[in-house]
Amino acid sequence: MSEILDRARAQVLSTGRGLDEASILEVLQTPDEDLPELLQLAHDVRMKWCGPEVEVEGIVSLKTGGCPEDCHFCSQSGLFASPVRSIWLDIPSLVEAARQTAATGATEFCIVAAVRGPDKRLMDQMREGVKAIKAAVDIQVAASLGMLTQEQVDELVEMGVHRYNHNLETCESFFPNVVTTHTWDERWGTLKMVRDSGMEVCCGGILGLGETIEQRAEFAAQLAELDPHEVPMNFLNPRPGTPLGDQPVVEGKDALRAIAAFRLAMPKTILRYAGGREITLGDLGTRDGLLGGINAVIVGNYLTTLGRPATDDLALLEDLKMPVKALSATL
Amino acid sequence: MTTFCDRCGEQAAEGDHTACASARELEPPRFCPQCRRRMKVQVVPTGWTATCVEHGTRSS
Repeated sequence: MSEILDRARAQVLSTGRGLDEASILEVLQTPDEDLPELLQLAHDVRMKWCGPEVEVEGIVSLKTGGCPEDCHFCSQSGLFASPVRSIWLDIPSLVEAARQTAATGATEFCIVAAVRGPDKRLMDQMREGVKAIKAAVDIQVAASLGMLTQEQVDELVEMGVHRYNHNLETCESFFPNVVTTHTWDERWGTLKMVRDSGMEVCCGGILGLGETIEQRAEFAAQLAELDPHEVPMNFLNPRPGTPLGDQPVVEGKDALRAIAAFRLAMPKTILRYAGGREITLGDLGTRDGLLGGINAVIVGNYLTTLGRPATDDLALLEDLKMPVKALSATL
Repeated sequence: MTTFCDRCGEQAAEGDHTACASARELEPPRFCPQCRRRMKVQVVPTGWTATCVEHGTRSS
């Protein structure tokens, strides 16, 4: 075993203390021949500090398209020639989506809106939607509505939203290459307010935006400093009409290295498979990631693209003898 | 009637749409295949609906 894996085993597996940026970079440079050992170590860390359960989540777009921001990966920006049109989901359809998500065994349902931050109309829609879901479906409600004011944070807490997603997307040094309409610090500010409110913090990003390996390590270290409850790991699925529409897809082995590295940086977090895993990793790679540090999945479709059928992921979890986390365990 | 590629919106009979067909396995349609208007598409965890103002709604 390589020296970095020896050190990671001694530190992360034994003490639960994550790797620093320099060590994360070493992990990201693990040669192919050591990849199976790296994944096994990340899996051992996950099993020791998180256990065998997998948290299952569904997501839905409440307000699609027409976003005023210029996140270069996003087909929902109104600033690019993307074919995605603006549309709102009505409350009965939102509740039905939550019901169908719960039927898969999922304990989390995240309501997402393509906005810079919520306006009164969106907050009113959220209030009505969360209330209707809680009255009809046994599932935890999370939200992702962009940058918040303190008043909006307080409103979401009062509604009963238990987790808030706001991705930093990439490391601070690369962020200006990806977004120019707001700053990394503005996102960090919302995350601090969410943390202080008592809501759980969900914060991750997208790999494959053009960042270097060094910047991937920087990102993992910055997330570890934030110490979120959950880190969703997306891999760029290049969208037609966006500035990153021709960006190459992350190599499968690099994606697996990143999964393991993020696990070794954050041994106790919920590390979730999110968008892009289908094209980056395929079926076999999806399995490898679940045996390499991942302990949560988004099942079914994403916001504007489609995912694997939930039944495929649930069958895989059963095959791997990884129980789906029960709702009672999340309350 | 399919006249236009429902992913890229170009003439279905012109050019190679093999990549579009492959991508469509993990994407909903975006363009009406009859008139190439951009459709309003709602994706939910278990499916999608796509509505053309002229030619109505299709779903998964």
